Amino acid sequence: MLGWEFPPYSSGGLGTACYGLIKGLSNRGVDVSLVLPVKYESKLDFVRIIPSGDLRLTTTKVNSSLFAYATPSSYKSAVGVFHNSDSIYGGDLFEEVYRYSKKVEEIAKNEDYDVIHCHDWMTFIAGINAKRISKKPLVVHVHATEFDRTAGLGVNQLVYDIERRGMHAADAIIAVSNFTKGKIIEHYGVHKDKILVVHNAVDFNDNHHYEGFEIKDSYKIVLFLGRITIQKGPDYFLYAARRVLEYEPNVLFVIAGSGDMEAQIIEKAAELGISDRVLFAGFLKGEDVDRAYKMADLYVMPSVSEPFGITPLEAMRNNTPVIISKQSGVSEVINHCLKVDFWDINEMSNMIISVLRYGELRECLGRNGFFEVKKFNWDEPAEKCISLYNNLLGVV
Amino acid sequence: MVSVCFYFQVHQPYRLRNYSVFDIGHNSNYFDDARNKEILLKVAKKCYIPTNKIILQLINKTGGRFKVSYSITGIALEQFEQFCPDVIDSFRALVDSGNVELLSETYHHSLAFLYSRKEFKKQVDMHNKKIRELFGYKPKVFRNTELIYNNELARFIEGMGYNAVLAEGADHVLGWRSPNFVYKPINGKIRLLLKNYRLSDDIAFRFSDRNWSEWPLTAPKFASWINSINGSVVNLFMDYETFGEHQWDDKGIFDFLLHLPNEILNNKDNDFVTPSEIVRRYKPVGELDVPNTISWADIERDISAWLGNKMQHSAVSAIYALENEIINSNNKELIEDWRKLQISDHFYYMCTKWFNDGDVHKYFNPYESPYKAFISFMNALNDLRFRLEKEKKENFIYVAN
Repeated sequence: MLGWEFPPYSSGGLGTACYGLIKGLSNRGVDVSLVLPVKYESKLDFVRIIPSGDLRLTTTKVNSSLFAYATPSSYKSAVGVFHNSDSIYGGDLFEEVYRYSKKVEEIAKNEDYDVIHCHDWMTFIAGINAKRISKKPLVVHVHATEFDRTAGLGVNQLVYDIERRGMHAADAIIAVSNFTKGKIIEHYGVHKDKILVVHNAVDFNDNHHYEGFEIKDSYKIVLFLGRITIQKGPDYFLYAARRVLEYEPNVLFVIAGSGDMEAQIIEKAAELGISDRVLFAGFLKGEDVDRAYKMADLYVMPSVSEPFGITPLEAMRNNTPVIISKQSGVSEVINHCLKVDFWDINEMSNMIISVLRYGELRECLGRNGFFEVKKFNWDEPAEKCISLYNNLLGVV
Repeated sequence: MVSVCFYFQVHQPYRLRNYSVFDIGHNSNYFDDARNKEILLKVAKKCYIPTNKIILQLINKTGGRFKVSYSITGIALEQFEQFCPDVIDSFRALVDSGNVELLSETYHHSLAFLYSRKEFKKQVDMHNKKIRELFGYKPKVFRNTELIYNNELARFIEGMGYNAVLAEGADHVLGWRSPNFVYKPINGKIRLLLKNYRLSDDIAFRFSDRNWSEWPLTAPKFASWINSINGSVVNLFMDYETFGEHQWDDKGIFDFLLHLPNEILNNKDNDFVTPSEIVRRYKPVGELDVPNTISWADIERDISAWLGNKMQHSAVSAIYALENEIINSNNKELIEDWRKLQISDHFYYMCTKWFNDGDVHKYFNPYESPYKAFISFMNALNDLRFRLEKEKKENFIYVAN
């Protein structure tokens, strides 16, 4: 398996999804070798891999500076390279993608495996190379397309080309939702029969830890948790916040996460005159994520284009009511939540105010959501992948 | 030999529009008028008009041996009057045939009995008035919203002068006893007619179900089941919308209905009866004690479809908590909107019991989710409260002057 990020050093849903899927596969007796790009001697060394003992997993580290959710601009700011200012994707990221794929070629020659399964565009070239060398079937797993990451604005041609090449070279494509399947058909010219939808899941750990939050004596809390990028719709969150505050003054809007729109969003909050009600919590990890969900009276995911969206499931796991955008894959698999078009600020605000005002609504959403998400597990997605592998290998 | 009693419920609610918190205090039009009209006209065309025609035809063809009974809610009647008066005309023709009995219920198809006897009685009176105006008719048999029933209801209805009341033949109430006999409520004098839910639901729910072992259901087959019954009456109670709306014409429901009466009457010992005829003809075989409320809904046959979660409880309680103030306001519009918000469908739409499975509740739910149904309802209720406060203030100023 060719991966991109892996917990605990991951910044988003992709790492969580890979982790869950690999665990599900290994529970069913599939041996997974995961190749991850790892950057040495750099301030970006958060992708150091720790193999988890209870997984049937071996990891192979590649010396590379790839890191999760790298857009060429964030990549540049991270590595401090600015040499082509009119292209948001600098040359170095593609060099790294290339280097990673070369490294994978070596590994592909020496490792023993039946199927190549790779995750998102940065690993696609590596996947294609591995297939060429080994003649083993290639599965590309699409967690997000360039159209999601850029919300359709300023799609990078090189990234798009790699995605397209990967999809066409693959023997099968896994899409994380029907929403994503639709994008692949529409934008990448792939026949629908080649695409299998495997919805993500969430692993349920009983989490009965409760703590009091003093701030809740005076305020209701509405949470945004995700990367602060155009894809996640943080600006829509702010517009809704302003509308809500006109009616319900004692509400705090917490934005947890980081991303290339962070400065812009901080300024936007000031411009809208709601800076005193919008808190920026920064990027949260581990237990703090659950604490944030627990503290919140409501979690909002206003994504403009969300291939899946694991965070609402995490919020529901913590008994927190959720409002999710209809432009998301997760809205295909959950019912006990409120769904809204990301651009419909009025309706989003109506829902936020209603959840804050009506305690019974909060309680029913929280409780029913908890039980709904409790049924999710990675066995089913893993089972679907195994069937797909078997099909590709001609095993009945 | 057995007497077959058909009873059909006719109802169309006023569905709420997506009523937002931002409408509170600005716009007091709670209902989705366009959609309500559209659905009403659709169901009239698919069900009420063609089915009424068939029923009348059957009454004539059998020389008056075929009989049925209906209850039509007040709000369904007023919507027919407004948008499709020909439906009223066709019901009139049926009533005039003398083979159709009309039953009494709450005008607003409400849960009022569970919350306010005073309001309940008022709504029953309103319904009686409407039936008298439109059909020149006085019902003698009562059926409560969704067959919601308990000992208390029987006693209260008896006190209002009715001869009989309809209820679900729920297993947990009947135990070893059969629904195919006439009973009376505990310590009561009136008759209790119990729905044979297996045979009723074979038509109402399973008719088009290809996974059902008895599919396809034909008139001769159903008649043979009727013939094999050991008892005096078979009460087939169902939504009238079963014909043409829940079960579609192209699945053969009208054909089934057209042939059923003759198939049943082929056995000379069978006949069709109305509830009042049952009262006259059959003595009760025993008393039924129903301390806990039952209904005809879902497999539970209880009231959890309307009062199963906290949203539903809080919404229903909140609407009835306004009773005294609303009535005392003497403001006709306020009272009317308050009553329209009592329509039980509003609370049914908030049911989360079966939301996962997406079955019958989902089919009947005009909202995307029970949560959205709750939001629109509570916002509308808060606007009603706002209007009430405003009215009180204005009245106060008027008095002070």
